[in-house]
Amino acid sequence: MSGTARVRTLPLLAPALGVILVFMVAPMLIAGAYSFLTAGAYGGVRLPVTGEAYVRFLFDRDLDDSLIFDDTYLVIFGRSIALAAATTVLSVLIGLPVAWFMACRDKATRDLLVLAITIPFWTNLLIRTYCWVLILRDQGLVNAALIGTGVTSEPITFLYSNEAILLGLVYSFLPFMVLPIYATLERLDPRLVEAAHDLYAGRWAAFRYVVWPLAKAGVAAGTILVFVPALGAFLAPDLLGGGRKLMIGSLIHLQFTSSRNWPFGAAASMILMAFVLVALVIAARRRAGQVAP
Amino acid sequence: MTSKALNRTTLKRSALALALTLVAGTAHAEGDLFIYNWTDYTSPELIAKFEKDTGIKVTLDTYDSNETLLAKLKSGSAGYDIAVVSSDFVPIFSSEGLVEKIDAPKLEGFSNLDPRWVKPVWDPENAYSIPWNWGTTSYSVNTDAYKGPIDSLSVLFEPPPELAGKVGMFNSPSEVMSLAQVYLGMPPCQTDTANMKKVQDLLLAQAPAVKLYNSDGIIERQATGETVVHQQWNGAAMRSRELNKAVKYVYPKEGVVGWMDNVVVPTGAKNPDNARKFLTFIMQPENMALQSNFTKYSNAVVGSEQFFEASMKDAPELSPPADLKVVFTPACPEEATQLMDRVWTRLKK
Repeated sequence: MSGTARVRTLPLLAPALGVILVFMVAPMLIAGAYSFLTAGAYGGVRLPVTGEAYVRFLFDRDLDDSLIFDDTYLVIFGRSIALAAATTVLSVLIGLPVAWFMACRDKATRDLLVLAITIPFWTNLLIRTYCWVLILRDQGLVNAALIGTGVTSEPITFLYSNEAILLGLVYSFLPFMVLPIYATLERLDPRLVEAAHDLYAGRWAAFRYVVWPLAKAGVAAGTILVFVPALGAFLAPDLLGGGRKLMIGSLIHLQFTSSRNWPFGAAASMILMAFVLVALVIAARRRAGQVAP
Repeated sequence: MTSKALNRTTLKRSALALALTLVAGTAHAEGDLFIYNWTDYTSPELIAKFEKDTGIKVTLDTYDSNETLLAKLKSGSAGYDIAVVSSDFVPIFSSEGLVEKIDAPKLEGFSNLDPRWVKPVWDPENAYSIPWNWGTTSYSVNTDAYKGPIDSLSVLFEPPPELAGKVGMFNSPSEVMSLAQVYLGMPPCQTDTANMKKVQDLLLAQAPAVKLYNSDGIIERQATGETVVHQQWNGAAMRSRELNKAVKYVYPKEGVVGWMDNVVVPTGAKNPDNARKFLTFIMQPENMALQSNFTKYSNAVVGSEQFFEASMKDAPELSPPADLKVVFTPACPEEATQLMDRVWTRLKK
């Protein structure tokens, strides 16, 4: 880009840069700074500067102030990562066929289906998650139906389990997987699939060697859009999981409220962010490596 | 008592409060009064009567946690004349200079207060506060589903096998642990690690029987039988019982946790004289009864009971046994809060 062109584009970029600076960089810097301070007695932070919040993530202080390895927070992070990963995998397994189905309809139907996918966003996520409580609880719709049809006499407890959390997360984030995959599949030239069949590719081979490589960009985008928010979610774990186990999201929430330890809450979110960043960089590198071997 | 306020939330009531405030807001020569209170925790009838009696125009704002109130008053530009603060936060507000000295004993009507609630530990001279509503935290039982004896906190914390998976707890470390400490007979805000270990062991052993930790929706869960035993506030338990007669609020032999919300005058109030008029007003039995009728919680004004609604007069939830041990939890120091956080994290590891 020439010097004058750069001068000319800068004013055009300014609003975007401003938004990124004010709404992304500044809060991150504040969170980063807070994570190195000491907790105030009634919330907030105070001096001195310390790395204690990060030490605490892996170590517990014994009575004599010596450090002992403590895996509590690792277990909580591990559980959240596993749940977010499971959410992502399930979203791909459900989202890919749905997106393919949508992409194969005619234009009018496609538009209608895209609209249908976005309809849940018209309602607040808290309310939608709470609806799952009403559906799944012991006196809920599912149990009423099961008892009414005589499948069972006693209500089955679906709620307050990891499976219920997973259901809530997949439900919440599935649209974020469907839409990007659909966007890539919609542009897919159907003649490529026909050509594959002409060359004696079966259904599986056509999918594996023609559709999948083209859909992969959408799956990758969807994976980021699903995995990252699922990792920090605390609504589904608290409502559908019954708050029985902590997730990263609820852990951070707790530190900023009743536990009044803002530095540790900030440190936990910095660690979470670092993890996500590293995962994304690795994924991006691998993809770059595949494209240009 | 964040979720207490949330639990009580009825949009209708808030809207009514707002409407009444607006309707009443005509030609007030006597000036203004700005009140800051928990959501759905101010009787609209009380405000309407105050406006009618004094000609003062009341504006009501609401908040959802002590921390919000603290942050707002600390910013120094809140402009409220009256605020309602939980007992555990009163010492914080007074020591930080966020509330004015009101010398409550010199106010007209102070003699109406029940001696039991005068000069409490959180404000030994009543220099800063007068009581608003108070209640207790214990648990309720659906007596259709559980027929065993209910005289002890052991039913909640060490539930018999038949209650496995049917117990509900608050989702707040301090609420859960202060009641556990009452059960174990130790003072609140433990900084003794050996004692906190006992609390941790108790809660870890209880955990498999706990169906959920959630402070919202308890009234309904207990009324529908989704949980059989649930940690609960007395006023909320009364509302569960109104939906399902089998729900019984328990006064255990070990005692209960008590809480009190208090009326204070924030520093820098613009209408201190009107604030005093309000304090005097709410210490009159017929006025404070309006507040209790609205929230279903007790107050500290002697004689207000005779103005209670019929359903409240003989409500067991509002008439604790005379010898009931009520432990008021102070705002815990940092060290105790950190220990509670640790136990809570291990519990939910």
